[in-house]
Amino acid sequence: MYRLIIFFVFIPLVSATAADGNAILKERCSSCHDLNGPAAQTVKELWNRKAPDLFYAGSKYKKEWLESWLQKPTRIRPAGYHYFQHIKPGKKRDVVDKSTLKPHLTLTSNEAKKVTDVLMAKEAKENLVKQGDFKGGSISLSFGEMVFDKFNGCTGCHEIEPNFGGSSGPEVYTAAQRLQEDYMVSFIRNPQAWNPKSIMPNKHTAEANIQKLVQYMIALSKENWNE
Amino acid sequence: MNKRFVLLLLIFVFPSAWAGTPEENYKTYCWQCHGMQGDGMGLNVRDMSVQPRDHTSKKAMGGRSDEDLFNVIKDGGLALDKSVLMPPWADTLSDKEIHELVNYLVKLCKCR
Repeated sequence: MYRLIIFFVFIPLVSATAADGNAILKERCSSCHDLNGPAAQTVKELWNRKAPDLFYAGSKYKKEWLESWLQKPTRIRPAGYHYFQHIKPGKKRDVVDKSTLKPHLTLTSNEAKKVTDVLMAKEAKENLVKQGDFKGGSISLSFGEMVFDKFNGCTGCHEIEPNFGGSSGPEVYTAAQRLQEDYMVSFIRNPQAWNPKSIMPNKHTAEANIQKLVQYMIALSKENWNE
Repeated sequence: MNKRFVLLLLIFVFPSAWAGTPEENYKTYCWQCHGMQGDGMGLNVRDMSVQPRDHTSKKAMGGRSDEDLFNVIKDGGLALDKSVLMPPWADTLSDKEIHELVNYLVKLCKCR
């Protein structure tokens, strides 16, 4: 009898939520985000993607962050998804053309939960990311900054605090709030395995340094950036 | 012919189907530091300790051989004892695409 109750009550409820989440994604997200893959194979294909691919969202994002961000989105990439579509020549250097940047749509808490559940079920191929790729450990902010900036030049494209660093890539001071640690290790190790035409270069960073970079982003994410 | 065979044929016989033109690649990967006009005044330069090279300057570019340019694009600044800020693009661009970028740069600086 209990089995019957589970079958007729619980299962349809679960699938109704997933169906809702899928419907929202299809209607409101899919015109900018690719939900099914594969990643862009050519530069021109990349240009036509208006926002990050979400077909491996479940291997990339932290669930709690995703659900909360969808209700109160903030800008992660100072110059938009493709910086080269949102800049103009300035007096001293190229600057972001803010008139071309659009805010991300906002979902209600109910919608965000449904969409997050569907997105978190979208996982990358097993060979791309392994649980336990990040070995843990911590690093001081000062040594971490040296590894990130001086040894690897990552600050060239990424802000390590608001308005300091490059603007073409996503800011990294909240990266560890947003991203799973194992994903960060895997992406730094081989960005092209995730996105062949990514503007993030493969610097062939030594494994020990990849761990330090992720430790640094975790240390950064514990700072209070709203002060 | 099944789809997989067609895909393999495309990958091995027509690799250029995946290649970007030098203009497309320069815009996508180089503008961020070297600038929309190639003058080294890109979006990211504000907080850089070493300024990106001005690709429009014959003086700044003229001393570089095609081989040096190829190597620095492929293997990054450190390979030529230059800045770590110039990353290696070996995993992003094919050798053919890098050769085409070198030709593009030589025209940009009016070096030849």
